[in-house]
Amino acid sequence: MSEKKPERREFLFTASYAVGAVGVGAVVWPLVDQMNPDASVKALASTEVDVSAVQSGKSITVLWRGKPVFIKRRTPEEIAEARAVKMEDLKDPQKDEDRAKNPEWLVMVGVCTHLGCVPLNDKGDYNGWFCPCHGSHYDTSGRIRKGPAPLNMEVPKYEFVNSNTIKIG
Amino acid sequence: MSDHEYVPASKFGKWFNDRLPLLSLASHLTDYPTPKNLNYWWTFGGILTFCLITQIVTGLTLAMHYIAHADLAFESVEHIMRDVNYGWLIRYIHANGASMFFLAVYIHIFRSLFYGSYKSPREIIWIIGIIIYLLMMAAAFMGYVLPWGQMSFWGATVITNLFSAIPLVGEGIVNWLWGGYSVDNPTLTRFFTLHYLIPFLILGLVVLHIWALHIPGNNNPVGIDVKKPSKDTVPFHPYIVIKDAFALLMFTIVFAFFVFYSPNILGHADNYIEANPMVTPAHIVPEWYLLPFYAILRSVPDKLMGVVAMLSAILILAALPWLDTSKIRSAVFRPLYKQFYWILVVDVLVLGYVGAMPAEGLYLLIARVATAYYFIHFLIILPVLGFKEKTIPLPLSITEPVLGGMPMASAVKKKESLN
Repeated sequence: MSEKKPERREFLFTASYAVGAVGVGAVVWPLVDQMNPDASVKALASTEVDVSAVQSGKSITVLWRGKPVFIKRRTPEEIAEARAVKMEDLKDPQKDEDRAKNPEWLVMVGVCTHLGCVPLNDKGDYNGWFCPCHGSHYDTSGRIRKGPAPLNMEVPKYEFVNSNTIKIG
Repeated sequence: MSDHEYVPASKFGKWFNDRLPLLSLASHLTDYPTPKNLNYWWTFGGILTFCLITQIVTGLTLAMHYIAHADLAFESVEHIMRDVNYGWLIRYIHANGASMFFLAVYIHIFRSLFYGSYKSPREIIWIIGIIIYLLMMAAAFMGYVLPWGQMSFWGATVITNLFSAIPLVGEGIVNWLWGGYSVDNPTLTRFFTLHYLIPFLILGLVVLHIWALHIPGNNNPVGIDVKKPSKDTVPFHPYIVIKDAFALLMFTIVFAFFVFYSPNILGHADNYIEANPMVTPAHIVPEWYLLPFYAILRSVPDKLMGVVAMLSAILILAALPWLDTSKIRSAVFRPLYKQFYWILVVDVLVLGYVGAMPAEGLYLLIARVATAYYFIHFLIILPVLGFKEKTIPLPLSITEPVLGGMPMASAVKKKESLN
């Protein structure tokens, strides 16, 4: 056997495997990607909420992308309490000023960052929220203070369309 | 297979068997030499086969009436319960059948642990078994989501969120699993599809499980190799068939008790409330058969490590044939292992109990101790025990302890010392 023939064969094998791998990938990807959020789910990406009826100290819960969003009109005491917290006491340090641009209104996804339950309002050791599933405590800014959750409750992208309407998403 | 010499009696049988040797297979299965000292703990393989077939048959019939849609699923289950002829019976058998399946599989697994059935040369049988067990958990979890009650919805939310613990890609994986930004209709339809598929995967793995079993043959309570066929073995049919059938009869009495007298005792009342993404039930608990692992998840204060601990608790079982360094299979001849075995049984029961309790105070402390012990058992005690333990001498054959009149370890020991 000459030296050249095996080289040519090896090249053909390698090329065939490479083309085969690309082909398998091209077939598998649509089958995997079909499970991702579809166009109709993505189309429901934003929602507008009228908050004029919410009184100080009260909160409402609206559904956005299938998840509850808490919109809380905070009392001056709650705001003061949230702003007085030292950064080193926080598991996921974040200033209240960064979480609530308008301090009176706290808007956040009402989903516990541990395993996705909905925390209960006005409960827990920090006068904020308490998750009944695995015992995470959140403060009046929705920041994680105690329990297994790793992060603060997420603040979604939102804006005040006018003084009475919040657009989430 | 050991029976190449089998020749069908009839001419047609011979003609057929030459082309597709199904008759040879049937002959192998009936004549399959089985250790004659198998006790009733060995009947759970047959019972589990019964459970799988029961779940497939009742599942197929339920699927004729169930509607996998977020707006209609809950109602269609009530429709099955109230309107469909015998719908209540079929659904209660299916729902309680899942619990009975796990009851049997836990006995089957703990029998393996006691008699060392996972050891060489049966490692592959054991690993296939662990894969079947994992698939059973997946099927049970997805099946529990289908009625679309509050526990369905929030159980699905919590379990799928386990994947969000994965760094960087976790969020993307969870959205991919959901087909959206929360558990919703796309999640329900894919869970239904997978719930329908998995039992057939399990069926295929059961065939491999039994095939792998028929290569070395059954382990036995004494745990020593038997020559087969020999005076140590009996043919599978009729000896084991009739014993399995009797055990199955006893098992179905327990099964029927649950179905007819307390069909909802193993479920949660919250699941008769339709799924509501705005309200989480006050106390989320998985089904009883997942509680020990749930306790392990909750006992770790860190999210990622909690998930890692829970998965490790299951996957560690696959490494068991190599973690257990003792060459002696049966706990009958391992006085120390026997004690640690029962401590493990109690440990798992304790984990199950605290898994059902709120994760706080004393319960949390107990869960942490029990979780630590679970891993210590597999990672430290078992490897060390193989070197340190002074085992009881094995009998020469499985017949020896029987002929001695008392098949007990103490009797064998006594006999040894008399010699």
